[in-house]
Amino acid sequence: MAEPPVAAPSGSWFTPYAAVLRSRIRAQRAYRLSFASEVFSAFLIGVVEFAEVWVIFHNVRVLGGLDMHGALLLFGLSNTTFALAQVLVGHLDTLPTLIRMGTLDAYHLRPQPLLLQLVTGDVSLRRFARAAVAIVVLVIGLLQNDIDWDPAAFGLLAMTLSCGILLFGGIFVCAAGLQFFLIDGSELTNSFTYGGSFAAMQPASVFPLPLKLLFGFAIPVAFTAYLPTIALLGLPGPPLLPSWLVWFTPLATAWIWLLALGLWRLGTRHYQGGGG
Amino acid sequence: MRWSAGGEERLAAATRARREATLYWQLAVAGFRRQSQYKLAMFAGLFTNCVFGLVRAAVMLAAVRSAGDFGGYDEGTMGAYVWLSQGLLGAMQFMGPPLELVDRVKNGDIAIDFLRPVDIQLSYLAADLGRATCTLVPRFLPSVLFGFLTVGLAMPATPGPYVLGVISIVLAVALSFLMLFAIGLIGFWVVETRGIRVLYQICGTFLAGLFVPVHMFPDWLRTLAYATPFPSILQAPIDVLSGRILGVEAVTVVGAQLFWVLTIAAIGRLMLAAGRRRLEVQGG
Repeated sequence: MAEPPVAAPSGSWFTPYAAVLRSRIRAQRAYRLSFASEVFSAFLIGVVEFAEVWVIFHNVRVLGGLDMHGALLLFGLSNTTFALAQVLVGHLDTLPTLIRMGTLDAYHLRPQPLLLQLVTGDVSLRRFARAAVAIVVLVIGLLQNDIDWDPAAFGLLAMTLSCGILLFGGIFVCAAGLQFFLIDGSELTNSFTYGGSFAAMQPASVFPLPLKLLFGFAIPVAFTAYLPTIALLGLPGPPLLPSWLVWFTPLATAWIWLLALGLWRLGTRHYQGGGG
Repeated sequence: MRWSAGGEERLAAATRARREATLYWQLAVAGFRRQSQYKLAMFAGLFTNCVFGLVRAAVMLAAVRSAGDFGGYDEGTMGAYVWLSQGLLGAMQFMGPPLELVDRVKNGDIAIDFLRPVDIQLSYLAADLGRATCTLVPRFLPSVLFGFLTVGLAMPATPGPYVLGVISIVLAVALSFLMLFAIGLIGFWVVETRGIRVLYQICGTFLAGLFVPVHMFPDWLRTLAYATPFPSILQAPIDVLSGRILGVEAVTVVGAQLFWVLTIAAIGRLMLAAGRRRLEVQGG
């Protein structure tokens, strides 16, 4: 009469996501040649982005108060955090296609939060190659510059890397939330995602006032690289963006995530389904 | 009698040529009309162009101010370079979605195109020229105007550069399309061309002079760039239109564009013919 023992549900809330991630990773390694060419492309993206910076500094010695060594640090920080954020959530970019094809409706049927499903739905291993270039540049930048390595500098670096990835990730979620309204105009959000990453690579001191306000406070990508760079180098920074502001990075990250979750909520409520 | 038969043949050939020209013109008009439906998309593209343009202009102008000689650019000509390049991006499709052709090669619909009584390459090219013309009005003109209002541009005062500039833009659009067409055809031999397209986009935009003018490259990199068709897609029309190069020099640059258009078109045709043979082997 004793009932067969029911296996206790094992694992945590994350178990289904882990299974999906594992399968994604296996799938990408299946086609070796295709995977190798994609890794190489991603690696080249990193190299070409660095070449852009390098060509400018090849012609001018100092730009916006930074020399070539400072620029290495700036590029390393902005691109490492952006590339790693892209590995985690960059595929949210494909949301307009999912909406247009009606694929998104299938996600709605599953008993898991939509955002988590989408985030874990695809992790592109090839994007690590781009991050690898950025990390190499970052390490060179950290070694080449004359940085006073006290505990504060270590703390600042750790805070910058973790908050920077979160901040860029939040920007991708903001963009995804807006996609529900902008099916045809999805390119608009590239201004914040890729435009933000592009702006983060530049010394913010050269920006005119509106851009300083935009990328310093509204979409605060200056906190991912420019502010940490001048703080590590002991530079005072321009008006509006003094280097001590770097300690407010967690606040800037929180602001972006507040915006991200708000826009995501607004977007998913607006979504009426793909029809059919 | 014989003379009259030859005359009739000539007449028939002329009628056929006229009919074909009308056909390609109609395809171009259709491409224009189709693009004009995506109003929000074009506004979105313009907005993104402007944000990137503002950041690029700020950086490049700061570079011009801090360097004594920045590749012969001053603030006005640098502004013209940045905003003309932003304005032309939409027409050149570097950042655009993959061509429809890519899907048709992948799923075999290209076989239907082979059956049609029009040339595949020319008909797609005509439609793309129509599409590009349509993007120039809502994207190129406002971008340049926006740049004029924000940073001020130095543009030529004589009509010559504008006339030659229009020719240069048409050649650049055609070249850009023919490159994407040839790359799409690689799909006959490999299943997934995404990686190759990304590679093209990344190397292409850089060597075309989108981020930094080709004139600023160190010598070895500039030589490398000019060995590829990429500078003809962006740097050439910008240089001609902004009056950076004039007279014989400008005509030479347009001549180089024409050379690349013909070369890449020929490569595309060869690939199309080879792909067609391959398709017949595979298809049922």
